Amino acid sequence: MHMADALLAPAVAATMYVASGTVAGISIHKLKKDDEPQKLPVMAVTAALVFAGQMINYTIPGTGSSGHMCGGMLLSALLGPQAGFLSMIVILAIQCLFFADGGLMALGANVWNMAFYGCFVGYYLIWRPIMNSQWFGEGKSGARIRIVVASLIGCVVTLQLGAFSVVLETSLSGITELPFSSFVALMQPIHLAIGLVEGLITSAVLLFIYESRPELLQDVEPVKGEGSQRSLKTVVAILAIVALVVGGGLSLLASSNPDGLEWALFGNAEEGYAENMGLDEEAYGIESTAAETAGAIQEAISFLPDYAFANNDTAVGTTVSGIVGSAMVAGVAVLICLAGGFFRKKKSEV
Amino acid sequence: MQKAMHELAEMDELAMRSSPIHELHPLAKLITTIIYILITLSYDKYNLSGLVPMLLWPILLFTISGIEVRICFYKLRIVLPLVMAVGLFNPFFDRAIMLRIGPLAVSGGVFSMLTLMIKGLYCLMASFLLMATTPIDSLCAALRQLHVPKILVTLLLLTYRYVGVMTEELAVMTDAYLLRAPGQKGIHISAWGSFLGQLLLRSMDRAQELYAAMLLRGYNQQFHYAEARPFRIRDALYLLGCILFFLLLRTVKVAQLLGGMLVR
Repeated sequence: MHMADALLAPAVAATMYVASGTVAGISIHKLKKDDEPQKLPVMAVTAALVFAGQMINYTIPGTGSSGHMCGGMLLSALLGPQAGFLSMIVILAIQCLFFADGGLMALGANVWNMAFYGCFVGYYLIWRPIMNSQWFGEGKSGARIRIVVASLIGCVVTLQLGAFSVVLETSLSGITELPFSSFVALMQPIHLAIGLVEGLITSAVLLFIYESRPELLQDVEPVKGEGSQRSLKTVVAILAIVALVVGGGLSLLASSNPDGLEWALFGNAEEGYAENMGLDEEAYGIESTAAETAGAIQEAISFLPDYAFANNDTAVGTTVSGIVGSAMVAGVAVLICLAGGFFRKKKSEV
Repeated sequence: MQKAMHELAEMDELAMRSSPIHELHPLAKLITTIIYILITLSYDKYNLSGLVPMLLWPILLFTISGIEVRICFYKLRIVLPLVMAVGLFNPFFDRAIMLRIGPLAVSGGVFSMLTLMIKGLYCLMASFLLMATTPIDSLCAALRQLHVPKILVTLLLLTYRYVGVMTEELAVMTDAYLLRAPGQKGIHISAWGSFLGQLLLRSMDRAQELYAAMLLRGYNQQFHYAEARPFRIRDALYLLGCILFFLLLRTVKVAQLLGGMLVR
């Protein structure tokens, strides 16, 4: 989900920087008002832990594949949305600076896609309402189920929003020719599955903390007594099955939808192909797709004399000089390298 | 995880070397990097020949700083997949012919795919060069000079300090776990919560101790950076020179000009 610099136009990157910067400013203001200087080291250590924790592989039973946990939800459940947001910014910055995961210019967009949704939407619209409600009964078992439900829904929803934003930002940047609808249909189901797994892992970690140190979690009242007895395992199993059914259904729906990927990919491709064919046959009499290149070579050899190479007015002329110029630039680059090596050798000899 | 630690240590080691580039003011380097990336991104998606000369700046920096290109290329494995995933569709959708080289017809989609990949490579090289020639505390000092909020910069510095510690601790835990669970690929579902949870609880306590230690050493919510490096004329010249160079490359079609001299 980390976007690289190349996927964004400067205007989009700047807009996302402004948006994320504004939220960061508000968060910093709120933290300053709370004035808890001891929170800074806690934020730093937790952020570092989440950073490292995202590298752990969790085996998903029965599939042989592995998942990771969802940082935004975990951090906002532990630190609150503002501190969680700032910690996520720092994690994303380190990932981008030292591991090339995401780009320097794309940082604003990445913060928005992963930190903003995960921390603010995940906390204010999902975590807090669910945790403050009386759903699933009172007492400890009720709270446990609420934690699982909140992390599952939180991860799925925030990841869906994030994936949608990635599509939106890339499309607005005019980078991809992939139609918007099919790009969405490609990204959303993948992230639905990821979100479900991340939600389960995150809920497992949060449950463990709830069992041992409930006071560390936001909006969780430490309760004594077990309340209504319902095995957590059964609930998790039921939830997982429901989630799988819903997820599978949605994915099926997305991919069988006539507006979806299949239609867009093949429908449009065919259209484009037909157009190309028409144009080519009229103008040059040869076919141009990669598959037909082999045949085209044979034909093209006889057409070669027609080729206006010396004609400088045509687009071909400028492009050819572009290629030759590029080759010269490459030559200069090689020279720079050679010169560098030469001077360094000289230096070491002295 | 060991790989990640190795990568971090490698970046630190690179940043500690000395070269004319390393000695420049971090602010000058940060600003030139940002401008370089912005100018690279501003190229039109079909402007392949315009993008090529932009390669000169990273090559110049690689040469002067003596950083190995190999290390940078190793990081491409993270950047390229998503860029490729997005770009690979372009040749299928954009089939208008832009150029013919003999029998080979090159469509606009191929051009835009190549431009996208080259942009990805350039941006990676630019930010890699920044980090490979600038230690993190110098960079944070530069960020402060740009008026990035204090909380954020201090948090970045502290987190960076603890990323190494936490990664090492988790790597040891993972090794220990996997030794006790031979033939298993990851963490079993029964330990999903407790594995990270244990460390999380310990870390929360550690953070409190850390804060106490900071207080004992006189922390008053103010961080002091190693050295206040003055912004010298050399730094200003570098900054100005780079910006002019980029603008020259952006406005003048260098590749076509050079090629034109030869072809005509």
